[in-house]
Amino acid sequence: MALTPVENQTPAFTASVAAGAGALFGLFVGTAQGSGLLGLLAGAVLLGAMGFVFTGLIAQARLIRLATVVVFALAGLAFGGLPALVLGALFGLFAGWFIFWLATSGYRKHLVPYLTPGQVLWHYGFRVICGAIFVFLITPILVVMPLSFNAEDFFTFTPEMLRFDPAGYSLKHYRDFLTNEGWQQALWNSLRIAPMATVLSVGFGTLAAIGLSQPHVPFRRAIMAVLISPMIVPLIISAAGMYFFYSRIGLQGTYLGVVLAHAALGIPFVIITVTATLVGFDHSLTRAAANMGAGPITTFFRVQMPLILPGVISGGLFAFITSFDEVVVVLFVGSAGQKTLPWQMFIGLREQISPTILAVATILVGISICLLTTVELLRRRSERLRGMSPS
Amino acid sequence: MSDTTQSGPVLAADGTPLKRSLARALRMQKVRALMLIAPLLIFILLTFILPIADMLFRSVENRIVSDTLSETVVTLRDWDPITGEAPDEAVFESLYYDMFVAAEAKEHTKLGTRLNYEQTGISSLFRSSGRKLDDIGEDHVKALEKAGDGALKDEALWFEIMTGGSSGAGDSALLEAQRTKMAQLTGEDFSADIGFVPGAEISDLFPRMAMAYTDFALFTAVMDEDTVSEEDPWETVFVAFAQEVQAPGGAEKLAAYTGPGAAELTAAAEALAGLEPVSFKASFLDLDEDWGDVGNWRTIQTYSPTYTSGYFLNSIDMQKGTDGAEARPENQQIYITLFKRTMFMSLVITASCIVLGYPVAWILANLPTRSANLLMILVLLPFWTSLLVRTSAWKVMLQQQGVINDVLVWLGLVADDARLVMINNQFGTIVAMTHILLPFMILPMYSVMQTINPTYLRAAKSLGATNWTAFWRVYFPQSVPGIGAGSILVFILSIGYYITPEIVGGTKGVFISNRIAYHISSSLNWGLAAALGTILLAVVLLLYWAYDKIVGIDNVKLG
Repeated sequence: MALTPVENQTPAFTASVAAGAGALFGLFVGTAQGSGLLGLLAGAVLLGAMGFVFTGLIAQARLIRLATVVVFALAGLAFGGLPALVLGALFGLFAGWFIFWLATSGYRKHLVPYLTPGQVLWHYGFRVICGAIFVFLITPILVVMPLSFNAEDFFTFTPEMLRFDPAGYSLKHYRDFLTNEGWQQALWNSLRIAPMATVLSVGFGTLAAIGLSQPHVPFRRAIMAVLISPMIVPLIISAAGMYFFYSRIGLQGTYLGVVLAHAALGIPFVIITVTATLVGFDHSLTRAAANMGAGPITTFFRVQMPLILPGVISGGLFAFITSFDEVVVVLFVGSAGQKTLPWQMFIGLREQISPTILAVATILVGISICLLTTVELLRRRSERLRGMSPS
Repeated sequence: MSDTTQSGPVLAADGTPLKRSLARALRMQKVRALMLIAPLLIFILLTFILPIADMLFRSVENRIVSDTLSETVVTLRDWDPITGEAPDEAVFESLYYDMFVAAEAKEHTKLGTRLNYEQTGISSLFRSSGRKLDDIGEDHVKALEKAGDGALKDEALWFEIMTGGSSGAGDSALLEAQRTKMAQLTGEDFSADIGFVPGAEISDLFPRMAMAYTDFALFTAVMDEDTVSEEDPWETVFVAFAQEVQAPGGAEKLAAYTGPGAAELTAAAEALAGLEPVSFKASFLDLDEDWGDVGNWRTIQTYSPTYTSGYFLNSIDMQKGTDGAEARPENQQIYITLFKRTMFMSLVITASCIVLGYPVAWILANLPTRSANLLMILVLLPFWTSLLVRTSAWKVMLQQQGVINDVLVWLGLVADDARLVMINNQFGTIVAMTHILLPFMILPMYSVMQTINPTYLRAAKSLGATNWTAFWRVYFPQSVPGIGAGSILVFILSIGYYITPEIVGGTKGVFISNRIAYHISSSLNWGLAAALGTILLAVVLLLYWAYDKIVGIDNVKLG
C-alpha cells in the first residue's frame, strides 16, 4: 500500500481547496449583502489567490497569519463597525491557519501514513459532523447567557447588542430576579425543599446501598427494580399518583408532602452512585477493622464511610439537583405556598413571558457548572481511592 | 486423642456442627442486609408505590353514582332500556329523595359532571333539576303548612312526632342505615350522636317520611351543626307524608297512629283532600323533559356499579353501548391518535438521538483521554443543566423572532416575511427533546464503546476489509448493546415527557402526558387521567422489564 509522506503541497492544490472554503463563506456574506453569486465568486477568488501566494511563503507563516488577521479585522471595521471587526478577525485567523495547514500538509501530521486521500477527507469530515453535534448540544445553553443581559424585554439579540453598544446591555433582569417578591419566594422555597429532600434520600439511600452490596441479599434484583422505579416511571404518572394519594391523606399542598415526593424521586440516583462506589469495595478492610477490635459502628464511620464518601456526596448532589430542577411533581403535589423556582419558570414560560427567566436560567447554568465540576472531581478521587486508574 | 480419629460432623469453635453454624452466619448476613434495606424500601413503598397503586385503583373505581343515588340505583336495576321508555314512577320517586339529599349536600353537580363524561347534557340536567327540586309537590307542601293554622310549621312538634315521644321505642336500624348512606354520599363521618332516633311506630307506618326526616336530622346535626328540634324539616318530609297518606291504605294507617301529633297530622291529611296524589315522574318531566330520555337513564344504569371499565374504554376511544363496548363517534376519538402520536414522536426522537449520539460516542471513545474528557464536559453540561433552562433556551432559539430565524434572515436564506414556524408544532418538540435526551443516549453508548478493542478494526482492515465493511461487520455489532441501552432509556423517558411538549409543543406537538395533566388539573376527570396513566405506565414497565433483561438495572451509569 502506498504511503503518503507529509510534505508541502503545490500552490494549485492549496489554492483550489482554499477557494472552495472561500466560496462557502462568500456565499453567506454575499446573500446577507444581496447577491449570493457575487459573494461566492469574490470569496473563492480572494482565498484562492491567498492560498496560491501563501504556499510559497511558508517560512514566514507566523508573520503572514498575523497580517491576515489584522487586514481582515480592519476590512471588517471599515465595512460594518465593531461586530464586523470581530467577525473579520475571526475569519482572518481561520483563513491564515487553514491555508498554512493545507500548504504544509498539517492535516496528515497526526494520521497514519497509509491512508488514502479519501480516508483523510472522511476523517476530517467526520470531525466536522461531530463538531456540529457538539455545537447543537451546547449552543442553546450558550445563547441564553448573553441574552440575559439584554436591555430590552426581548427574547432575541437587539441591534444594539450586536453592535456591542453598552446601552444594549443591562443587569435589569437580574435586578428583577433579586427584588421581585415572587421570584425570591420561589428561590427560598426551592432552598427549603431541596436540602431536606436530599438529606432524606441520602440517609435512606446510603443505608440501602450498603445493604444491597452485601454478598447475600435475597430478592436483590426485585428490590433493585423497585428502588430504581421512581427514575423510570414517567414523572406525570408519579405526580398523578402522588396527587391523588396525598390528597387522600392530607399531605397534598404541604411542605412535608413535597419533601417526601422529592426524596422518593432522588433515591434512585443515590442508590446508583453509591452502589457504583461500593463495587470493588474490599470487604477485608472491614474484617481487618473488626479484627483489631472496632465495633460495626466504628468500622462504618472510620473505614467504610471515608471510602464511599465521594459516591455519597455525588449521589447527594444528584438528589439535590433532581429536587431543585423538579417541576412536574411539585406542580401537582405542592400548592401556591410551595412554589419553587422551576415552577415559577414554568409559569413564566407558559403565560407571561418575562426575560427574567433568562437571568434565572443563566444563574442555574452557573450552579450546574459548579455541581458538575464537583461531581467530576469526586468521581476521580473515588477512583483513585479505590485504586482504579483515573479516566 | 488426635483429629484423625474424630468422626461425625465437623464442629465449629463453640461445639455446634460447622454446617449449621455456617448456615446461621449466612442467615444473619441476609437478615442484616435486609434490615439495612428495609427503611428505604418501606419509604419508597409508602411515598411512591402506594400512590401509584392508588392511581391504578382510581382508574376503575366508580362509587360516585351508587353513593349519590343510592336508592335510585337499586330501583333502576329492574328497568330494561330496550323497552325504549323511561323508567316507572318508583324510580322517579327514589330519584326525588336521592336528589334532594344530594342537592342539600351539593353532591349532585359532581355526579352530573361525572356522568357528563359519558353522555353530554347530563351535567346541565342535574344542575337545573337540583335547583328546581322544590317545585315537586309544591302544592302539597303549601297545603300541609296551612293546615290547622300552620300547626305543622312547628319544628318541635315535628321532632316530637318523628321520635315518637319520650316513651316510644326507637328504630335504630333505620338510623344506622341512613348514617351509612349519608357518610357515603358526603365522605364525612356521620357516627356522632345527633340527639335523634326515629320512632319505631312512625317508621313502621310511614317509612318514607321517617327516612326523609332521619336524613334531614343527620344532615342538620352533622353538616350544619345545628340542633335537630330547632330546624324546619326539609320539604321531602312533607312530600313523603302527602305521598304516604294519599297512597292506598294511607288513611287507615293514619287512623291507626296514636303517637304525638296524631291530631295535627289528621288535620293536615284532610287539607290534602282536594289534591291529586304526587306523581314524581310527571313532576320530573315538568322540570326537564330530558328526564324522559332513555339515553340518560341508560347512562345512569350503565355506570351504577362500583367498578367500571368505562374509563379504560374511554381512553381507547370506546364507550359502553347498549350491547357492550363500541367505538365512540368519529369526532370524539382523540386518545388513540394521541397514543399513536406519542409513540411515533418518541420513536423519531429516539432515532435522531441514535443518529446524533453515535458519532459523538465514537469520537469520545476513540480520542486520547485528555481531549475526550474535555469534550465530555460538552455532553455532561447539558445533562446537568436544568430541564427548564434548556426548554426555555429552545423557546428562545426556535421562535419566529428567535435566534435561528434571525440568523437565517440575516444570511438571506429566509425572507423576513416568511420566517420559519419551528415552535408550537411537532418539529419544535422533536428538536428540543432530542437535545434534552441526547446525553442519555451518548453516555450508555460511550461506556460500551470504551470496551471495544480498537485492534479488532485494524485486524479487519489488514485482512482486506474496506473501511465500511470493517465498521459494519466488526465494530457496529459490538456497539449494539450500547445502542439498545440508550434507545430504551431515551424511549422510556420520552414517552412520559410533559414539560417540554407543554412549552414548545403547541397543540399538535403534545403527548399523552399533557392530556393526563389536563384531566387532572383542568377537566377534573381523574378517573380518565388515571386510566390513561395506567396504560402509559404499562408500556413503560414493559420497556423497563426489557431494559432490565437486556442491560440490567445494576448497569445504569450516571456521568
